[in-house]
Amino acid sequence: MDEAKKTSEILKGIKNKHRRQKVFAAIQAEKSKEKHKLRAARAKEERENPQLKEERLANNVPETLETKRVFDETIATEIEGEDEFFELFNKSQRDPKVLITTSPNARKCAYEFADILMEFVPNVTFVKRKREYQMKEMAQYCNNREFTDLIVINEDKKKVNGLTFIHLPEGPTYYFSVTSLTTTERIKGHGRATLHTPELILNNFNTRLGKTVGRLFQAIFPAQPEVEGRQVITLHNQRDYIFFRRHRYVFRDEKKVGLQELGPQFTLKLRRLQKGIKDEIEWEFKADMERDKRKFYL
Amino acid sequence: MSDDLIWSVINDKFCSFKIKPGKGQDFCRNEYNVSGLCSRQTCPLANARYATVKNVEGKLYLYMKTAERAHMPAKLWERVKLLKNYTKALEQVDHHLQYWQEFLINKCKQRLTRLTQVAVTEKRLAMREEERHYVGIKPKIKRREENRERKALAAARIEKAIEKELLDRLKSGAYGDKPLNVDEKIWKKVLGKVDEVDDEEEEFDEDDDVVLESGDEEDFGQVEYVEDDGDDELVDMEDLEKWLGDDSSSDNESDNDSETETKKGDKRSGSGAAGDKKRKKRRGHVEIEYEDDIQTNIAA
Repeated sequence: MDEAKKTSEILKGIKNKHRRQKVFAAIQAEKSKEKHKLRAARAKEERENPQLKEERLANNVPETLETKRVFDETIATEIEGEDEFFELFNKSQRDPKVLITTSPNARKCAYEFADILMEFVPNVTFVKRKREYQMKEMAQYCNNREFTDLIVINEDKKKVNGLTFIHLPEGPTYYFSVTSLTTTERIKGHGRATLHTPELILNNFNTRLGKTVGRLFQAIFPAQPEVEGRQVITLHNQRDYIFFRRHRYVFRDEKKVGLQELGPQFTLKLRRLQKGIKDEIEWEFKADMERDKRKFYL
Repeated sequence: MSDDLIWSVINDKFCSFKIKPGKGQDFCRNEYNVSGLCSRQTCPLANARYATVKNVEGKLYLYMKTAERAHMPAKLWERVKLLKNYTKALEQVDHHLQYWQEFLINKCKQRLTRLTQVAVTEKRLAMREEERHYVGIKPKIKRREENRERKALAAARIEKAIEKELLDRLKSGAYGDKPLNVDEKIWKKVLGKVDEVDDEEEEFDEDDDVVLESGDEEDFGQVEYVEDDGDDELVDMEDLEKWLGDDSSSDNESDNDSETETKKGDKRSGSGAAGDKKRKKRRGHVEIEYEDDIQTNIAA
Protein backbone atom coordinates (compact mmCIF):
# COMPACT_ATOMS: atom_id res chain seq x y z
CA MET A 1 0.00 0.00 0.00
CA ASP A 2 2.78 2.38 0.95
CA GLU A 3 4.50 1.90 -2.36
CA ALA A 4 1.29 2.44 -4.20
CA LYS A 5 0.77 5.69 -2.29
CA LYS A 6 4.28 6.82 -3.05
CA THR A 7 3.85 6.12 -6.73
CA SER A 8 0.59 7.99 -6.87
CA GLU A 9 2.11 10.98 -5.10
CA ILE A 10 5.04 11.08 -7.48
CA LEU A 11 2.72 10.83 -10.42
CA LYS A 12 0.40 13.54 -9.13
CA GLY A 13 3.30 15.95 -9.06
CA ILE A 14 3.89 15.57 -12.79
CA LYS A 15 1.43 17.55 -14.83
CA ASN A 16 2.55 16.59 -18.32
CA LYS A 17 0.66 13.50 -19.31
CA HIS A 18 3.35 12.04 -21.55
CA ARG A 19 6.06 12.49 -18.95
CA ARG A 20 3.76 11.03 -16.32
CA GLN A 21 3.12 7.98 -18.46
CA LYS A 22 6.82 7.49 -19.01
CA VAL A 23 7.58 7.72 -15.30
CA PHE A 24 4.80 5.33 -14.50
CA ALA A 25 6.08 2.83 -17.06
CA ALA A 26 9.57 3.12 -15.58
CA ILE A 27 8.24 2.43 -12.09
CA GLN A 28 6.32 -0.58 -13.31
CA ALA A 29 9.37 -1.93 -15.14
CA GLU A 30 11.43 -1.51 -11.98
CA LYS A 31 8.86 -3.39 -9.96
CA SER A 32 8.66 -6.26 -12.39
CA LYS A 33 12.47 -6.50 -12.46
CA GLU A 34 12.56 -6.76 -8.70
CA LYS A 35 9.88 -9.40 -8.76
CA HIS A 36 11.78 -11.45 -11.31
CA LYS A 37 14.97 -11.15 -9.29
CA LEU A 38 13.17 -12.29 -6.19
CA ARG A 39 11.71 -15.23 -7.99
CA ALA A 40 15.04 -16.23 -9.50
CA ALA A 41 16.66 -16.08 -6.07
CA ARG A 42 13.90 -18.14 -4.56
CA ALA A 43 14.10 -20.68 -7.37
CA LYS A 44 17.84 -21.00 -6.81
CA GLU A 45 17.37 -21.51 -3.12
CA GLU A 46 14.70 -24.07 -3.70
CA ARG A 47 16.78 -25.93 -6.25
CA GLU A 48 19.43 -26.43 -3.63
CA ASN A 49 16.93 -27.26 -0.96
CA PRO A 50 13.75 -28.80 -2.41
CA GLN A 51 12.20 -29.00 1.03
CA LEU A 52 11.68 -25.26 0.98
CA LYS A 53 9.57 -25.51 -2.14
CA GLU A 54 7.47 -28.21 -0.60
CA GLU A 55 6.90 -26.09 2.45
CA ARG A 56 6.00 -23.04 0.41
CA LEU A 57 3.55 -25.00 -1.70
CA ALA A 58 2.07 -26.61 1.37
CA ASN A 59 1.50 -23.24 3.01
CA ASN A 60 0.26 -21.52 -0.10
CA VAL A 61 -2.98 -23.36 -0.81
CA PRO A 62 -5.45 -21.20 -2.71
CA GLU A 63 -9.00 -21.11 -1.50
CA THR A 64 -11.46 -22.49 -4.00
CA LEU A 65 -15.16 -23.16 -4.03
CA GLU A 66 -14.35 -26.82 -3.43
CA THR A 67 -12.44 -26.10 -0.24
CA LYS A 68 -15.15 -23.76 0.98
CA ARG A 69 -17.92 -26.20 0.16
CA VAL A 70 -20.92 -26.15 2.46
CA PHE A 71 -20.74 -29.21 4.69
CA ASP A 72 -22.72 -32.16 3.42
CA GLU A 73 -23.26 -34.85 6.01
CA THR A 74 -23.58 -37.65 3.44
CA ILE A 75 -19.98 -37.28 2.22
CA ALA A 76 -17.69 -40.10 3.27
CA THR A 77 -20.17 -41.59 5.67
CA GLU A 78 -21.65 -45.02 5.55
CA ILE A 79 -25.28 -44.99 4.61
CA GLU A 80 -27.49 -45.57 7.57
CA GLY A 81 -30.42 -47.89 7.15
CA GLU A 82 -31.49 -49.23 3.82
CA ASP A 83 -30.13 -47.80 0.66
CA GLU A 84 -32.90 -48.68 -1.73
CA PHE A 85 -31.05 -47.51 -4.84
CA PHE A 86 -28.01 -49.55 -3.97
CA GLU A 87 -30.19 -52.62 -3.71
CA LEU A 88 -31.79 -51.89 -7.05
CA PHE A 89 -28.41 -51.78 -8.74
CA ASN A 90 -27.05 -54.79 -6.92
CA LYS A 91 -30.07 -56.98 -7.41
CA SER A 92 -29.42 -57.24 -11.09
CA GLN A 93 -25.81 -58.22 -11.63
CA ARG A 94 -26.40 -58.65 -15.33
CA ASP A 95 -24.24 -57.66 -18.23
CA PRO A 96 -25.39 -54.30 -19.50
CA LYS A 97 -27.80 -54.27 -22.43
CA VAL A 98 -28.94 -50.81 -23.38
CA LEU A 99 -31.75 -49.49 -25.54
CA ILE A 100 -31.53 -45.98 -26.95
CA THR A 101 -34.44 -44.04 -28.36
CA THR A 102 -35.44 -40.43 -28.79
CA SER A 103 -38.28 -38.18 -27.79
CA PRO A 104 -41.31 -38.43 -30.08
CA ASN A 105 -41.08 -36.58 -33.40
CA ALA A 106 -37.39 -35.97 -32.87
CA ARG A 107 -35.38 -34.00 -35.36
CA LYS A 108 -32.17 -35.00 -37.10
CA CYS A 109 -29.86 -33.87 -34.32
CA ALA A 110 -31.36 -36.39 -31.90
CA TYR A 111 -30.51 -39.26 -34.28
CA GLU A 112 -27.01 -37.90 -34.72
CA PHE A 113 -26.57 -37.82 -30.97
CA ALA A 114 -27.86 -41.38 -30.76
CA ASP A 115 -25.14 -42.35 -33.25
CA ILE A 116 -22.56 -40.68 -31.03
CA LEU A 117 -23.80 -42.51 -27.95
CA MET A 118 -23.84 -45.84 -29.75
CA GLU A 119 -20.15 -45.51 -30.51
CA PHE A 120 -19.17 -46.01 -26.90
CA VAL A 121 -22.11 -47.53 -25.05
CA PRO A 122 -21.56 -51.27 -25.22
CA ASN A 123 -24.20 -53.80 -26.24
CA VAL A 124 -26.59 -51.13 -27.42
CA THR A 125 -29.65 -51.12 -29.65
CA PHE A 126 -31.36 -48.13 -31.23
CA VAL A 127 -35.08 -48.10 -31.77
CA LYS A 128 -36.93 -45.35 -33.58
CA ARG A 129 -39.48 -43.82 -31.26
CA LYS A 130 -43.12 -44.35 -31.98
CA ARG A 131 -45.40 -41.65 -30.80
CA GLU A 132 -48.04 -43.91 -29.34
CA TYR A 133 -45.73 -45.51 -26.78
CA GLN A 134 -45.15 -43.79 -23.48
CA MET A 135 -41.95 -44.17 -21.54
CA LYS A 136 -43.50 -46.60 -19.10
CA GLU A 137 -44.66 -48.83 -21.94
CA MET A 138 -41.20 -48.73 -23.47
CA ALA A 139 -39.71 -49.69 -20.10
CA GLN A 140 -42.06 -52.65 -20.00
CA TYR A 141 -41.00 -53.61 -23.52
CA CYS A 142 -37.37 -53.45 -22.45
CA ASN A 143 -38.01 -55.47 -19.33
CA ASN A 144 -39.53 -58.25 -21.40
CA ARG A 145 -36.41 -58.34 -23.55
CA GLU A 146 -34.00 -58.21 -20.61
CA PHE A 147 -32.54 -54.81 -21.26
CA THR A 148 -30.77 -53.33 -18.26
CA ASP A 149 -31.04 -49.66 -19.16
CA LEU A 150 -33.16 -47.42 -21.32
CA ILE A 151 -31.82 -44.11 -22.61
CA VAL A 152 -34.17 -41.54 -24.09
CA ILE A 153 -32.69 -38.57 -25.90
CA ASN A 154 -34.68 -35.40 -25.50
CA GLU A 155 -34.65 -32.89 -28.32
CA ASP A 156 -36.14 -29.39 -28.31
CA LYS A 157 -35.85 -26.70 -30.96
CA LYS A 158 -33.48 -28.83 -33.04
CA LYS A 159 -31.04 -29.23 -30.20
CA VAL A 160 -30.36 -32.17 -27.93
CA ASN A 161 -30.95 -30.88 -24.44
CA GLY A 162 -31.68 -33.83 -22.23
CA LEU A 163 -31.03 -37.48 -21.48
CA THR A 164 -33.33 -39.75 -19.51
CA PHE A 165 -31.75 -42.87 -18.05
CA ILE A 166 -34.07 -45.53 -16.74
CA HIS A 167 -32.41 -48.36 -14.93
CA LEU A 168 -34.44 -51.50 -15.40
CA PRO A 169 -36.33 -53.39 -14.14
CA GLU A 170 -37.42 -51.15 -11.28
CA GLY A 171 -35.84 -47.78 -11.82
CA PRO A 172 -34.62 -45.34 -10.67
CA THR A 173 -35.09 -42.75 -13.41
CA TYR A 174 -32.57 -39.98 -13.98
CA TYR A 175 -33.01 -36.91 -16.10
CA PHE A 176 -29.90 -34.97 -17.08
CA SER A 177 -29.64 -31.85 -19.11
CA VAL A 178 -27.06 -31.95 -21.90
CA THR A 179 -25.00 -28.90 -22.76
CA SER A 180 -21.85 -27.97 -24.67
CA LEU A 181 -21.81 -30.97 -26.94
CA THR A 182 -18.67 -31.12 -29.05
CA THR A 183 -18.53 -33.85 -31.65
CA THR A 184 -15.35 -35.77 -32.34
CA GLU A 185 -14.64 -34.02 -35.63
CA ARG A 186 -14.52 -30.67 -33.94
CA ILE A 187 -11.86 -31.68 -31.42
CA LYS A 188 -8.37 -30.83 -32.61
CA GLY A 189 -5.91 -33.68 -32.73
CA HIS A 190 -8.51 -36.27 -31.89
CA GLY A 191 -7.83 -39.96 -32.28
CA ARG A 192 -9.97 -42.72 -33.67
CA ALA A 193 -11.69 -44.94 -31.17
CA THR A 194 -11.43 -48.71 -31.35
CA LEU A 195 -14.11 -51.23 -30.45
CA HIS A 196 -12.55 -52.22 -27.13
CA THR A 197 -14.66 -51.90 -24.02
CA PRO A 198 -13.40 -48.76 -22.33
CA GLU A 199 -12.36 -48.30 -18.74
CA LEU A 200 -14.50 -46.02 -16.65
CA ILE A 201 -13.32 -43.27 -14.34
CA LEU A 202 -15.87 -41.63 -12.08
CA ASN A 203 -14.43 -38.64 -10.31
CA ASN A 204 -15.83 -36.75 -7.35
CA PHE A 205 -19.15 -38.49 -6.88
CA ASN A 206 -19.06 -38.08 -3.14
CA THR A 207 -22.45 -37.49 -1.62
CA ARG A 208 -25.14 -40.07 -1.35
CA LEU A 209 -26.91 -38.58 -4.35
CA GLY A 210 -23.62 -38.47 -6.21
CA LYS A 211 -22.99 -42.12 -5.53
CA THR A 212 -26.45 -42.98 -6.79
CA VAL A 213 -25.58 -41.19 -10.03
CA GLY A 214 -22.19 -42.89 -10.23
CA ARG A 215 -23.81 -46.28 -9.89
CA LEU A 216 -25.93 -45.59 -12.93
CA PHE A 217 -22.88 -45.07 -15.12
CA GLN A 218 -21.23 -48.12 -13.65
CA ALA A 219 -24.27 -50.15 -14.54
CA ILE A 220 -24.14 -49.00 -18.16
CA PHE A 221 -20.52 -49.97 -18.78
CA PRO A 222 -19.29 -53.54 -18.36
CA ALA A 223 -17.38 -54.26 -15.18
CA GLN A 224 -14.53 -55.91 -17.07
CA PRO A 225 -12.83 -53.51 -19.49
CA GLU A 226 -10.55 -54.54 -22.33
CA VAL A 227 -7.44 -52.74 -21.17
CA GLU A 228 -5.44 -53.53 -24.29
CA GLY A 229 -7.54 -50.90 -26.04
CA ARG A 230 -6.15 -48.29 -23.59
CA GLN A 231 -9.36 -46.32 -23.81
CA VAL A 232 -10.89 -44.60 -20.88
CA ILE A 233 -14.21 -42.86 -20.41
CA THR A 234 -14.30 -40.24 -17.71
CA LEU A 235 -17.27 -38.76 -15.96
CA HIS A 236 -15.84 -35.99 -13.87
CA ASN A 237 -18.15 -34.27 -11.47
CA GLN A 238 -17.15 -30.73 -10.61
CA ARG A 239 -19.62 -28.46 -8.85
CA ASP A 240 -22.55 -30.65 -9.97
CA TYR A 241 -21.56 -30.46 -13.62
CA ILE A 242 -20.65 -33.87 -14.95
CA PHE A 243 -18.10 -33.64 -17.74
CA PHE A 244 -17.98 -36.52 -20.17
CA ARG A 245 -14.65 -37.17 -21.87
CA ARG A 246 -13.11 -40.08 -23.73
CA HIS A 247 -9.39 -40.58 -24.09
CA ARG A 248 -6.77 -43.01 -25.22
CA TYR A 249 -3.88 -43.16 -22.80
CA VAL A 250 -0.31 -44.36 -22.79
CA PHE A 251 1.99 -44.72 -19.82
CA ARG A 252 5.11 -42.84 -20.89
CA ASP A 253 6.99 -43.75 -17.74
CA GLU A 254 6.03 -44.47 -14.16
CA LYS A 255 5.02 -40.85 -13.58
CA LYS A 256 3.77 -39.59 -16.92
CA VAL A 257 0.65 -40.46 -18.82
CA GLY A 258 -0.07 -39.33 -22.35
CA LEU A 259 -3.69 -38.65 -23.26
CA GLN A 260 -5.31 -38.35 -26.64
CA GLU A 261 -8.87 -37.19 -26.83
CA LEU A 262 -11.24 -39.43 -28.75
CA GLY A 263 -14.42 -37.40 -28.35
CA PRO A 264 -17.19 -36.55 -27.95
CA GLN A 265 -17.35 -34.05 -25.13
CA PHE A 266 -20.52 -33.04 -23.39
CA THR A 267 -21.68 -31.87 -20.01
CA LEU A 268 -24.48 -33.41 -18.00
CA LYS A 269 -26.30 -31.89 -15.10
CA LEU A 270 -28.68 -33.85 -12.94
CA ARG A 271 -32.15 -32.29 -13.00
CA ARG A 272 -34.37 -34.97 -11.60
CA LEU A 273 -34.10 -38.30 -9.87
CA GLN A 274 -37.26 -40.36 -9.65
CA LYS A 275 -37.99 -43.58 -7.89
CA GLY A 276 -39.20 -46.46 -9.99
CA ILE A 277 -39.97 -45.73 -13.62
CA LYS A 278 -40.91 -42.05 -13.59
CA ASP A 279 -42.75 -42.31 -10.29
CA GLU A 280 -42.21 -40.37 -7.12
CA ILE A 281 -39.67 -37.55 -7.40
CA GLU A 282 -36.74 -38.23 -5.11
CA TRP A 283 -34.67 -35.17 -5.92
CA GLU A 284 -35.27 -32.30 -8.27
CA PHE A 285 -33.05 -29.42 -9.25
CA LYS A 286 -34.47 -25.97 -8.65
CA ALA A 287 -32.76 -22.76 -9.62
CA ASP A 288 -33.14 -21.57 -6.06
CA MET A 289 -30.87 -24.37 -4.84
CA GLU A 290 -27.95 -22.79 -6.60
CA ARG A 291 -28.21 -19.45 -4.95
CA ASP A 292 -25.35 -20.29 -2.62
CA LYS A 293 -22.56 -21.13 -5.00
CA ARG A 294 -20.67 -23.13 -2.40
CA LYS A 295 -23.46 -25.65 -2.02
CA PHE A 296 -23.12 -28.76 -4.16
CA TYR A 297 -25.33 -31.78 -4.26
CA LEU A 298 -23.34 -34.46 -6.06
CA MET B 1 -71.59 7.84 -32.61
CA SER B 2 -71.57 7.02 -36.24
CA ASP B 3 -69.62 4.02 -37.37
CA ASP B 4 -67.75 5.97 -39.98
CA LEU B 5 -66.57 8.48 -37.44
CA ILE B 6 -65.26 5.70 -35.16
CA TRP B 7 -63.55 3.97 -38.03
CA SER B 8 -61.91 7.17 -39.22
CA VAL B 9 -60.41 7.61 -35.76
CA ILE B 10 -59.33 3.97 -35.50
CA ASN B 11 -57.95 3.82 -38.98
CA ASP B 12 -56.23 7.18 -39.22
CA LYS B 13 -55.33 8.06 -35.65
CA PHE B 14 -55.15 5.48 -32.89
CA CYS B 15 -56.66 2.25 -31.64
CA SER B 16 -55.32 0.48 -28.58
CA PHE B 17 -56.36 -2.90 -29.99
CA LYS B 18 -54.39 -2.47 -33.19
CA ILE B 19 -51.12 -4.35 -33.72
CA LYS B 20 -48.87 -3.21 -36.52
CA PRO B 21 -46.47 -5.99 -37.39
CA GLY B 22 -44.82 -3.77 -40.02
CA LYS B 23 -45.82 -3.60 -43.63
CA GLY B 24 -49.14 -5.01 -44.83
CA GLN B 25 -52.12 -6.19 -42.85
CA ASP B 26 -52.66 -4.91 -39.30
CA PHE B 27 -54.05 -7.17 -36.61
CA CYS B 28 -56.65 -6.60 -33.89
CA ARG B 29 -56.43 -7.95 -30.38
CA ASN B 30 -60.01 -7.14 -29.41
CA GLU B 31 -61.51 -10.37 -28.13
CA TYR B 32 -64.78 -9.76 -29.98
CA ASN B 33 -63.07 -9.50 -33.34
CA VAL B 34 -64.38 -12.27 -35.56
CA SER B 35 -61.28 -12.69 -37.76
CA GLY B 36 -58.42 -11.04 -35.86
CA LEU B 37 -57.71 -8.66 -38.70
CA CYS B 38 -57.99 -4.90 -38.51
CA SER B 39 -60.38 -3.81 -41.28
CA ARG B 40 -63.53 -1.79 -41.72
CA GLN B 41 -65.74 -4.87 -42.01
CA THR B 42 -64.33 -6.87 -39.10
CA CYS B 43 -63.87 -4.07 -36.58
CA PRO B 44 -66.10 -4.81 -33.57
CA LEU B 45 -66.01 -1.15 -32.50
CA ALA B 46 -66.83 0.53 -35.79
CA ASN B 47 -69.75 -1.80 -36.65
CA ALA B 48 -73.03 -1.28 -34.80
CA ARG B 49 -74.35 -4.53 -36.20
CA TYR B 50 -71.81 -7.24 -35.49
CA ALA B 51 -71.63 -10.94 -34.67
CA THR B 52 -68.88 -13.27 -33.47
CA VAL B 53 -68.30 -16.67 -31.88
CA LYS B 54 -66.50 -16.91 -28.55
CA ASN B 55 -65.23 -19.66 -26.31
CA VAL B 56 -66.23 -18.98 -22.69
CA GLU B 57 -64.95 -21.59 -20.25
CA GLY B 58 -65.01 -24.35 -22.78
CA LYS B 59 -68.45 -23.53 -24.21
CA LEU B 60 -69.07 -21.81 -27.53
CA TYR B 61 -71.43 -18.84 -27.76
CA LEU B 62 -72.69 -16.78 -30.66
CA TYR B 63 -72.41 -13.10 -29.74
CA MET B 64 -74.50 -10.50 -31.57
CA LYS B 65 -74.92 -6.78 -31.20
CA THR B 66 -77.26 -4.37 -32.96
CA ALA B 67 -77.56 -0.63 -33.25
CA GLU B 68 -80.80 -0.70 -31.20
CA ARG B 69 -78.89 -1.58 -28.00
CA ALA B 70 -75.90 0.64 -28.72
CA HIS B 71 -76.95 3.06 -25.98
CA MET B 72 -76.96 0.29 -23.29
CA PRO B 73 -73.40 -0.98 -22.90
CA ALA B 74 -74.42 -3.48 -20.19
CA LYS B 75 -76.82 -5.21 -22.57
CA LEU B 76 -74.88 -4.53 -25.73
CA TRP B 77 -74.17 -8.17 -26.63
CA GLU B 78 -76.85 -10.78 -27.03
CA ARG B 79 -75.39 -14.25 -26.73
CA VAL B 80 -76.69 -17.67 -27.73
CA LYS B 81 -75.15 -20.89 -26.50
CA LEU B 82 -74.23 -23.11 -29.42
CA LEU B 83 -74.87 -26.83 -29.41
CA LYS B 84 -71.94 -29.23 -29.14
CA ASN B 85 -72.91 -30.89 -32.40
CA TYR B 86 -70.98 -29.02 -35.08
CA THR B 87 -73.57 -29.28 -37.88
CA LYS B 88 -76.36 -28.24 -35.53
CA ALA B 89 -74.28 -25.32 -34.30
CA LEU B 90 -73.83 -24.21 -37.90
CA GLU B 91 -77.61 -24.36 -38.39
CA GLN B 92 -78.00 -22.28 -35.22
CA VAL B 93 -75.68 -19.62 -36.64
CA ASP B 94 -77.65 -19.60 -39.88
CA HIS B 95 -80.89 -19.29 -37.94
CA HIS B 96 -79.82 -16.42 -35.68
CA LEU B 97 -78.01 -14.46 -38.40
CA GLN B 98 -80.79 -14.98 -40.92
CA TYR B 99 -80.98 -11.54 -42.50
CA TRP B 100 -77.43 -10.44 -41.68
CA GLN B 101 -74.83 -9.68 -44.26
CA GLU B 102 -73.23 -12.66 -45.92
CA PHE B 103 -69.74 -11.64 -44.86
CA LEU B 104 -70.42 -11.86 -41.11
CA ILE B 105 -72.27 -15.17 -41.44
CA ASN B 106 -69.29 -16.67 -43.27
CA LYS B 107 -66.79 -15.32 -40.79
CA CYS B 108 -68.80 -16.59 -37.81
CA LYS B 109 -68.99 -20.03 -39.36
CA GLN B 110 -65.25 -20.03 -40.02
CA ARG B 111 -64.57 -19.05 -36.45
CA LEU B 112 -66.93 -21.72 -35.17
CA THR B 113 -65.08 -24.31 -37.25
CA ARG B 114 -61.69 -23.20 -35.97
CA LEU B 115 -62.77 -23.12 -32.32
CA THR B 116 -64.29 -26.59 -32.64
CA GLN B 117 -61.00 -27.87 -34.02
CA VAL B 118 -59.06 -26.21 -31.19
CA ALA B 119 -61.39 -27.83 -28.64
CA VAL B 120 -60.79 -31.26 -30.17
CA THR B 121 -57.01 -30.78 -30.09
CA GLU B 122 -57.12 -29.56 -26.51
CA LYS B 123 -59.09 -32.60 -25.47
CA ARG B 124 -56.69 -34.94 -27.22
CA LEU B 125 -53.67 -33.28 -25.61
CA ALA B 126 -55.28 -33.48 -22.20
CA MET B 127 -55.81 -37.21 -22.67
CA ARG B 128 -52.15 -37.80 -23.49
CA GLU B 129 -49.74 -38.19 -20.63
CA GLU B 130 -46.96 -35.66 -21.10
CA GLU B 131 -43.59 -37.32 -20.76
CA ARG B 132 -41.69 -34.10 -20.29
CA HIS B 133 -41.65 -31.92 -17.27
CA TYR B 134 -41.71 -28.41 -18.52
CA VAL B 135 -39.65 -26.17 -16.30
CA GLY B 136 -39.32 -22.50 -17.08
CA ILE B 137 -35.76 -21.26 -17.18
CA LYS B 138 -35.15 -17.59 -16.74
CA PRO B 139 -32.46 -16.03 -18.92
CA LYS B 140 -30.59 -15.01 -15.82
CA ILE B 141 -30.46 -18.59 -14.54
CA LYS B 142 -29.43 -19.85 -17.94
CA ARG B 143 -26.59 -17.37 -18.09
CA ARG B 144 -25.55 -18.22 -14.55
CA GLU B 145 -25.43 -21.93 -15.32
CA GLU B 146 -23.39 -21.37 -18.45
CA ASN B 147 -20.87 -19.31 -16.52
CA ARG B 148 -20.67 -21.77 -13.66
CA GLU B 149 -20.19 -24.62 -16.08
CA ARG B 150 -17.32 -22.78 -17.72
CA LYS B 151 -15.69 -22.09 -14.39
CA ALA B 152 -16.26 -25.63 -13.13
CA LEU B 153 -14.57 -26.95 -16.27
CA ALA B 154 -11.57 -24.75 -15.61
CA ALA B 155 -11.43 -25.80 -11.97
CA ALA B 156 -11.80 -29.49 -12.81
CA ARG B 157 -8.48 -29.86 -14.67
CA ILE B 158 -9.92 -33.03 -16.03
CA GLU B 159 -6.85 -34.33 -17.84
CA LYS B 160 -4.74 -34.09 -14.71
CA ALA B 161 -7.39 -35.90 -12.70
CA ILE B 162 -7.53 -38.66 -15.32
CA GLU B 163 -3.77 -39.04 -15.39
CA LYS B 164 -3.62 -39.25 -11.63
CA GLU B 165 -6.37 -41.85 -11.50
CA LEU B 166 -4.73 -43.95 -14.22
CA LEU B 167 -1.38 -43.91 -12.43
CA ASP B 168 -3.09 -44.86 -9.21
CA ARG B 169 -4.70 -47.79 -10.93
CA LEU B 170 -1.41 -48.87 -12.47
CA LYS B 171 0.47 -48.69 -9.21
CA SER B 172 -2.21 -50.30 -7.11
CA GLY B 173 -2.10 -53.25 -9.49
CA ALA B 174 -5.60 -52.85 -10.80
CA TYR B 175 -4.49 -54.01 -14.25
CA GLY B 176 -3.25 -57.34 -12.99
CA ASP B 177 0.18 -58.94 -13.03
CA LYS B 178 0.68 -58.77 -16.76
CA PRO B 179 -0.99 -55.55 -17.79
CA LEU B 180 -1.65 -55.32 -21.50
CA ASN B 181 -1.76 -51.55 -21.51
CA VAL B 182 1.75 -50.82 -20.27
CA ASP B 183 5.12 -51.08 -21.89
CA GLU B 184 7.27 -53.80 -20.30
CA LYS B 185 10.10 -51.51 -19.24
CA ILE B 186 7.76 -49.10 -17.54
CA TRP B 187 5.92 -51.89 -15.82
CA LYS B 188 9.22 -53.25 -14.51
CA LYS B 189 10.06 -49.82 -13.21
CA VAL B 190 6.70 -49.61 -11.49
CA LEU B 191 7.18 -53.07 -10.03
CA GLY B 192 10.64 -52.11 -8.85
CA LYS B 193 9.21 -49.13 -7.07
CA VAL B 194 6.52 -51.18 -5.48
CA ASP B 195 9.16 -53.62 -4.27
CA GLU B 196 11.21 -50.81 -2.82
CA VAL B 197 8.19 -49.70 -0.90
CA ASP B 198 7.73 -53.29 0.23
CA ASP B 199 11.27 -53.49 1.48
CA GLU B 200 10.80 -50.38 3.51
CA GLU B 201 7.69 -51.79 5.05
CA GLU B 202 9.43 -55.02 5.86
CA GLU B 203 11.76 -53.16 8.11
CA PHE B 204 8.87 -51.97 10.13
CA ASP B 205 6.85 -55.13 10.43
CA GLU B 206 9.16 -58.08 10.43
CA ASP B 207 6.83 -60.64 9.04
CA ASP B 208 8.33 -63.76 7.55
CA ASP B 209 5.49 -64.25 5.09
CA VAL B 210 5.93 -60.83 3.67
CA VAL B 211 9.58 -61.34 2.94
CA LEU B 212 8.91 -64.56 1.13
CA GLU B 213 6.12 -63.11 -0.91
CA SER B 214 7.97 -60.04 -2.01
CA GLY B 215 10.87 -62.25 -3.06
CA ASP B 216 8.41 -64.33 -5.01
CA GLU B 217 7.15 -61.38 -6.82
CA GLU B 218 10.52 -60.20 -8.07
CA ASP B 219 11.18 -63.55 -9.69
CA PHE B 220 7.66 -63.66 -10.92
CA GLY B 221 7.84 -60.36 -12.72
CA GLN B 222 11.13 -61.14 -14.47
CA VAL B 223 10.21 -64.59 -15.69
CA GLU B 224 6.76 -63.57 -16.88
CA TYR B 225 8.03 -60.93 -19.18
CA VAL B 226 10.53 -63.06 -21.00
CA GLU B 227 7.77 -65.52 -21.84
CA ASP B 228 5.33 -62.85 -22.64
CA ASP B 229 7.15 -61.67 -25.76
CA GLY B 230 6.31 -64.67 -27.88
CA ASP B 231 2.68 -64.85 -26.87
CA ASP B 232 -0.25 -63.55 -28.75
CA GLU B 233 -2.32 -60.91 -27.05
CA LEU B 234 -5.49 -62.92 -27.25
CA VAL B 235 -3.90 -65.90 -25.62
CA ASP B 236 -2.75 -63.63 -22.86
CA MET B 237 -6.25 -62.48 -22.27
CA GLU B 238 -7.51 -66.04 -22.05
CA ASP B 239 -4.79 -66.93 -19.64
CA LEU B 240 -5.70 -63.99 -17.55
CA GLU B 241 -9.34 -64.94 -17.53
CA LYS B 242 -8.58 -68.51 -16.49
CA TRP B 243 -6.38 -67.12 -13.86
CA LEU B 244 -9.06 -64.83 -12.65
CA GLY B 245 -11.51 -67.70 -12.48
CA ASP B 246 -9.11 -69.69 -10.30
CA ASP B 247 -8.42 -66.70 -8.22
CA SER B 248 -12.01 -65.93 -7.39
CA SER B 249 -12.55 -69.47 -6.14
CA SER B 250 -9.42 -69.47 -4.04
CA ASP B 251 -10.15 -66.00 -2.81
CA ASN B 252 -13.21 -67.15 -0.92
CA GLU B 253 -11.05 -69.26 1.33
CA SER B 254 -8.67 -66.47 2.15
CA ASP B 255 -9.04 -64.31 5.21
CA ASN B 256 -11.35 -61.41 5.81
CA ASP B 257 -8.75 -58.86 4.99
CA SER B 258 -8.44 -59.80 1.37
CA GLU B 259 -12.19 -60.17 1.05
CA THR B 260 -12.82 -56.61 1.94
CA GLU B 261 -10.22 -55.61 -0.57
CA THR B 262 -11.95 -57.63 -3.22
CA LYS B 263 -15.12 -55.75 -2.57
CA LYS B 264 -13.42 -52.45 -2.90
CA GLY B 265 -11.81 -53.58 -6.11
CA ASP B 266 -15.07 -54.78 -7.56
CA LYS B 267 -16.72 -51.48 -7.06
CA ARG B 268 -14.46 -50.00 -9.63
CA SER B 269 -14.93 -51.07 -13.19
CA GLY B 270 -11.26 -50.64 -13.98
CA SER B 271 -9.91 -52.88 -11.30
CA GLY B 272 -12.33 -55.76 -11.09
CA ALA B 273 -11.01 -59.15 -10.27
CA ALA B 274 -7.76 -58.45 -12.09
CA GLY B 275 -6.55 -56.44 -9.16
CA ASP B 276 -7.24 -59.16 -6.64
CA LYS B 277 -4.65 -61.52 -7.95
CA LYS B 278 -2.05 -58.89 -7.53
CA ARG B 279 -3.23 -57.97 -4.12
CA LYS B 280 -3.44 -61.50 -2.92
CA LYS B 281 0.18 -61.99 -3.81
CA ARG B 282 1.18 -59.05 -1.74
CA ARG B 283 -1.25 -59.62 1.07
CA GLY B 284 -0.22 -57.98 4.28
CA HIS B 285 1.48 -54.95 2.82
CA VAL B 286 -1.05 -53.24 0.67
CA GLU B 287 -0.67 -49.52 0.48
CA ILE B 288 -3.69 -48.03 2.09
CA GLU B 289 -3.15 -44.60 0.55
CA TYR B 290 -4.27 -45.78 -2.84
CA GLU B 291 -7.38 -47.39 -1.53
CA ASP B 292 -8.40 -44.21 0.20
CA ASP B 293 -7.91 -42.25 -2.94
CA ILE B 294 -9.97 -44.60 -4.97
CA GLN B 295 -12.74 -44.56 -2.46
CA THR B 296 -13.05 -40.82 -2.71
CA ASN B 297 -12.84 -40.77 -6.46
CA ILE B 298 -15.25 -43.49 -7.20
CA ALA B 299 -18.87 -43.35 -6.44
CA ALA B 300 -19.64 -46.87 -5.50
